[in-house]
Amino acid sequence: MATKTLEKEQGELLSKVAVPTKKLTGSQAVLEACIAEGADTIFGYPGGAIMPIYDALYDYNDKLTHILVRHEQGGIHAGQGYARTSGKVGVVFATSGPGATNLVTGLADAMIDSTPLVCITGQVFAHLLGTDAFQETDIINITMPVTKWNYQITDATEIPGILAKAFYLARSGRPGPVLIDISKNAQIQSFDYEGYTPCNHIRSYRPTPVIRKKYIDEAVALINNAKKPLVIFGQGVILGKAEKEFKKFIEKSGMPAAWTILGLSALPTDHPQNVGMLGMHGNYGPNVLTNECDVLIAVGMRFDDRVTGRLDKYAKQAKVIHLDIDPSEIDKNVKATVGVWGDCKETLPLLTLGLQEKDRSEWLKVFADYTQQEYDQCIKEEIYPTGKEMTMGEVIRIVNETTQGNAVMVTDVGQHQMVTCRYAKFNESRSNVTSGGLGTMGFGLPAAIGAKFGAPNRTVIGIIGDGGIQMTIQEFGTIMQTGVDVKIMILNNQFLGMVRQWQELFNEKRYSFVDIQSPDYVMVAKAYGIAGAKVEDRKDLVQAIQTMLAHKGSYMLEVMVGKENNVFPMVPQGCSVSEIRLK
Amino acid sequence: METNTEKQEYTITVYTENQVGLLNRIAIIFSRRKINVESLNTSPSEITGIHRFTIVVMESRDVVLKVVRQIEKQVEVLKAYFNTNDEIVWQELALYKVLSEEITEKVKVERLLREYGARAVAIRKDFIVFETTGHREETNKLMKALEPFGLVEFVRSARVAIIKESSGFHEKLKDFEKREPSEDVIENEYLGKREAVFTM
Repeated sequence: MATKTLEKEQGELLSKVAVPTKKLTGSQAVLEACIAEGADTIFGYPGGAIMPIYDALYDYNDKLTHILVRHEQGGIHAGQGYARTSGKVGVVFATSGPGATNLVTGLADAMIDSTPLVCITGQVFAHLLGTDAFQETDIINITMPVTKWNYQITDATEIPGILAKAFYLARSGRPGPVLIDISKNAQIQSFDYEGYTPCNHIRSYRPTPVIRKKYIDEAVALINNAKKPLVIFGQGVILGKAEKEFKKFIEKSGMPAAWTILGLSALPTDHPQNVGMLGMHGNYGPNVLTNECDVLIAVGMRFDDRVTGRLDKYAKQAKVIHLDIDPSEIDKNVKATVGVWGDCKETLPLLTLGLQEKDRSEWLKVFADYTQQEYDQCIKEEIYPTGKEMTMGEVIRIVNETTQGNAVMVTDVGQHQMVTCRYAKFNESRSNVTSGGLGTMGFGLPAAIGAKFGAPNRTVIGIIGDGGIQMTIQEFGTIMQTGVDVKIMILNNQFLGMVRQWQELFNEKRYSFVDIQSPDYVMVAKAYGIAGAKVEDRKDLVQAIQTMLAHKGSYMLEVMVGKENNVFPMVPQGCSVSEIRLK
Repeated sequence: METNTEKQEYTITVYTENQVGLLNRIAIIFSRRKINVESLNTSPSEITGIHRFTIVVMESRDVVLKVVRQIEKQVEVLKAYFNTNDEIVWQELALYKVLSEEITEKVKVERLLREYGARAVAIRKDFIVFETTGHREETNKLMKALEPFGLVEFVRSARVAIIKESSGFHEKLKDFEKREPSEDVIENEYLGKREAVFTM
């Protein structure tokens, strides 16, 4: 009954603005802001407190695409996937209470991985705030540590200004998630709409620091005098849209460059100076040689503990140059000899300008030697296995051969993620979407859906383990309803593989609750109207992958891989990067 | 100069916009790192509309530097400074409630007031409230002196502090309002100064 009255009330309000006057409801103002910001795709899920916005959305169908997900967590991960492939701000709608709290994991993930998002949550009527009303939760305080900024609106007149600020904050400087909570009365309230003005300045907010010549000069001198410089780069290069600038920078002085998993695809994987992946499951050379280089140049990365291993034994011999847009990252984990703060799109060309052209083929040869050792002892058996069981590495190798490195690969979290990042080939930027900092299982499937909406002309392959897929498998429903063309590969080792690997290596094979059962994925997919197949024998693998990629529309391919394979090399936790183990 | 890992008292001064929830945003930066806030005061600043937080923590310089950068990163924060005690002038205010009968019988109140620089802010038939301002040791001294005579209530305010070297925030704010700020306004101006980071 109450709903009906409300609908009537909304109807009356809407009929008032049907004629082109300057009166808009708060809900309409929200949607106008999305249009003005170019947010063409919204991922969301309706509910009581956000109903006025959904009601307004009914009339905006021609201007905005709304993707109905199956769970708000799926919605926000899809928003992240969209943002990561498109470079735009992802927009997510959810209702109050449980709808809003279901966003928290995605917010934390977007916060630590610097993904631009604007999340709009409905909230109970302003006069009910603090009364423990139905579906009321204090989402502002809940999400404070996991948002770049958040704000509660209780008066519709604030909506245009606050949303402009939200989009600006989400995408500028070091990007991040912003949450705007709008009480139901503000959504319904009609007000004099004076148009939408994008925000580009907030006096207390400095998104891009001024570049200081002094530090550019110091950094250039260090690099020019370096005998064994090593560049390590992260997602900052991609977020700063500085891939070209970065390539020029390393090419001019011939420096080897290694990446963090979020930096992956900023530089083509087959670039001659791309020496591989850093960190716990990274490549042999870049890890060992981090402790042998004389100048370490970090670009848009934050020295995560999975990259550095034991900090007091990390690159102690090297002078460190750290380029970052976020001043709080410099000196946070690793002391910088020279901190070059600023947008790397601007700082990299300034550095390049001063660099001397150098031939560093001998230094690159050292990396090549390590690569060869790693190949012989570790990679070869992983991608061309001689055993009966299929390996994740060979699956990725065949995917590479089929896509020629042109697909977007979205991964979940665990062994398959490390293997994919290690072996996937990428020719262009924004091709690797994964949950790096937070390590969110369940990220893969919804992020793959969002990634396809963000890059509709590209092939998107979600590579997911048998654990992670079961965390957000309900998003098969989103694929079904939208008909989005994503290819889902489940690499099934019948275990929570990464935890099992650690239990094998560090807990004397005490396999505690890692033996996870799976449903019949082909039947599950079928129930959702998604074509699928299962491969249990190597002889069918190539054909199955080709069939999947040639299939028109979404497809699910389950590959049964070896149960107890481990990801190597590995820097055991608490060890130095030089103590990396090949087996 | 003290080492960077030795804990000592630091006073953090934060200039902010006035917005609901900002106190919490700043507080969680400390609680997330399990840093106990010894004292926290929010007040208006020399500029209308700009708030000033004064936060005291017992921490090493390394930790305080990182925390200050995290504070500055908050959207509504204009600037944050941190100082050791010798770089600031600071005061705390304390109130003491004693029973009139007890104190007037046993103590020469005027002497007490003179000796501890205290004032009587309320004198009633049943109780008297004294007030002192000063550093913690000073306010503690009077508390100790009153304890034998039945101190009924004691309360001390948070620290407020003025940075000796500061020339105020007016000029800085003008810079913030510009789209192209001067180098001086840029966050992380500590970088490169290393040992002499405390100046404003």
